[in-house]
Amino acid sequence: MQNAKRIFVLSLCLLLVLAFSACRNNDGDTPEGDAKAGGEITVGIAADLDSSLDPHKSSGAAGTREVLFNVFEGLVKPDTDGNLVPAVASSYVINDEGDQFTFTLREGVKFHNGDPVTAEDVVWSVSRAAGLDTGTPIVNGLDSIASVEATDDSTVVITLKEPNIEFLAYLTVAILPAGYEQQDTAPIGTGPFKFVSRSAQENIILERFEDYWGEPALLDKVTFKIIEDGSALVMALQSGAVDLCAHLTSSQCAELGNMDILQGTMNLVQALYLNNADAPFNDVKVRQALCYAIDKQQIIDMTSDGAGVPLGSSMYPAFGKYFMDELTDYYPYDPDKAKELLAEAGYDESHPLSFTITVPSNYTPHVDAAQIMVDQLSKVGVNAKMEQVEWATWYSDVYQGRKFQSTVCGMDASTMTARAMLERFNSASPKDFINFVNASYDDAFNRAISAKDEDSQLQAYQECMTILTEQAANVYVQDLADLVAINPALTGYRFYPLYVMDLSGVGFRE
Amino acid sequence: MKKRRNYNLILGLALTCAMVGLIVMGWLWTPFDPNAMDPASRLQSPSLTHLLGTDNFGRDIFSRVLQGAGATFLIGVAVVLIGGVCGVLIGGFCGYYGGWLDDLLMRSADIITAFPSILLALVIISLIGAGKYRIIIALGVLFIPSFSRLVRGEVARCKSQEYVANARLMGAKDLRVLFVHILPNTFPVLLSSLAIGFNNAVLAEASMSYLGIGVQPPDPSLGRMLSEAQTYFFSAPWYALSAGCAIVLLILGVGLIADGLGGRRRRDRA
Repeated sequence: MQNAKRIFVLSLCLLLVLAFSACRNNDGDTPEGDAKAGGEITVGIAADLDSSLDPHKSSGAAGTREVLFNVFEGLVKPDTDGNLVPAVASSYVINDEGDQFTFTLREGVKFHNGDPVTAEDVVWSVSRAAGLDTGTPIVNGLDSIASVEATDDSTVVITLKEPNIEFLAYLTVAILPAGYEQQDTAPIGTGPFKFVSRSAQENIILERFEDYWGEPALLDKVTFKIIEDGSALVMALQSGAVDLCAHLTSSQCAELGNMDILQGTMNLVQALYLNNADAPFNDVKVRQALCYAIDKQQIIDMTSDGAGVPLGSSMYPAFGKYFMDELTDYYPYDPDKAKELLAEAGYDESHPLSFTITVPSNYTPHVDAAQIMVDQLSKVGVNAKMEQVEWATWYSDVYQGRKFQSTVCGMDASTMTARAMLERFNSASPKDFINFVNASYDDAFNRAISAKDEDSQLQAYQECMTILTEQAANVYVQDLADLVAINPALTGYRFYPLYVMDLSGVGFRE
Repeated sequence: MKKRRNYNLILGLALTCAMVGLIVMGWLWTPFDPNAMDPASRLQSPSLTHLLGTDNFGRDIFSRVLQGAGATFLIGVAVVLIGGVCGVLIGGFCGYYGGWLDDLLMRSADIITAFPSILLALVIISLIGAGKYRIIIALGVLFIPSFSRLVRGEVARCKSQEYVANARLMGAKDLRVLFVHILPNTFPVLLSSLAIGFNNAVLAEASMSYLGIGVQPPDPSLGRMLSEAQTYFFSAPWYALSAGCAIVLLILGVGLIADGLGGRRRRDRA
């Protein structure tokens, strides 16, 4: 059984400590060196992927998207700075009104099954994702497409219902072979790695795609190994069973003397997400009280030695101009103010506020943050109780079922648009799992997505973020530090302003 | 003949008394609030202020070990009580009356014992949810078969003894025969198996909390602490060692008592 296995691993580690305690080196600096092609690595991930590997359907879970980023590409794709660069298309033209995109397809792009990418495939893929035939878009945000057509063998024209200046970011939607129906289990795309096999709850294996149109990947083979337990993950890294793992906490990294540690930001919004529909969080005063009662900086200091970035709304700094730093300190840490607001809402010492924080147990940063929150909340007389659940339970009960009071988790953006970040609080969105319903928010959001120029759009989005903060929709905490442990023999890992893990540049040093 | 001293029993009692003393102290007073975090003193090694050091949230490990041992101890006792009381009742009636109910209950007990208990506890927990009190229920239910089987065997053995027949002849009712005459004679066996059961319950609780389904954070329990400490095995070995040693001492004490009781019984019979 798992427990017995853990004890075994633990005792093995104990032996290793005794044997090798003298041999640890902890210099940490990474000498530069060119990577060479070849070799295989194992990458640790904390949660199993979605049951479907179809990139159009599985856009919900960040962990799935992160892995599939290596397998699929859209007409354009994001680069490390968050800009969109042509991928399956070699160039594009946007008409003056901003409602028509003309893509010229790149020559020589092949699918993993060897077939060349044709204009027909592109039309099929975009129509499928946008639900042009069925009427219901599979991928959020593509509902603004009016038509997709191939004007010749290498040109595709996408027409929108109305101008949308953010739209290009949505054309990162994966291009799939037309008519291929097994994307759920045997996905085929155009990315630098091709899918080989998947074993649920265990691993997913990718191999280098030799006919990739661009710079081919360096590694021959990558195995993503699912290790849900944080401590087991650390042990796997210590033992060398896993070569690369992202999203670690600073305390986990402190144990990894044998690994190089790279630091970026995770590009997600960690918060105490509150179910706005039910008591006690249907009262804005209670929500605001919690905002005053939580000391973000302390959480950041304790979970990541101060490496995270404090946030005040559903936006993180990688978004550049959209990020509103002034909202970060909208609710400064003020326990007295919190008590005052709670008293106004009808909670006092004889009748304290009590609620449950549901946390996915496989994400140590969230479990740790929740523990600290419980401690901080107890100082203002709030009785918060933690309940750890498995990731699958969390996803079905909390995220999809919306049966929760509050939860600590991280929300990210599927595309590099403010819309992807903010759409989930629009009351019409199926992703509005916190049941946030606010007419002025919906109004501002709709103005933003139909804005004709960037300035008015930016303004409307900023209005949205301000409403989220003023209404204290959630208790925003931080953009977590993304600490990546990597085998010192490897080089070339790149951080993106999105929650993705690009392995195409990773390779063993010369 | 000079009676040999029962060192196991003495040592076990001393150790258990010391542990229970510490646990009771932990309920009344701990040097620090076991759940109070202190960002300024994270992962400090043992010192005079923090006898066993601090954990990654700056919580005093000594205070947490005291309270955690208390939680673990309580769960152990409660589980043994549930298992013991139900086991004695079921086993007593089955052993005394026999018949089809005996067959049914004992075969059901066989089925339950056929599965690893942690696995069954996991199944129960996934049905009723995690948490301190639910763990007690889950483990308590799982401990019933072993006790009931033991008591049944003893009762069945005693039933044919002469003193039982005498009691019957004197007109004692079934219940009186069972609980006043037979049951006290099962105590020597029952007591040592209660002690062993307690140890198993402590270990089971530690495993469950270790797996994250027992006592929920931030409240401490020894298993939970061990699981959290695992991440800091290299940078803060005192964390894991404190929790681990507390489990070992708790179990060792009660284990020695069980051994001592067993030894006394063997000598008495000889």
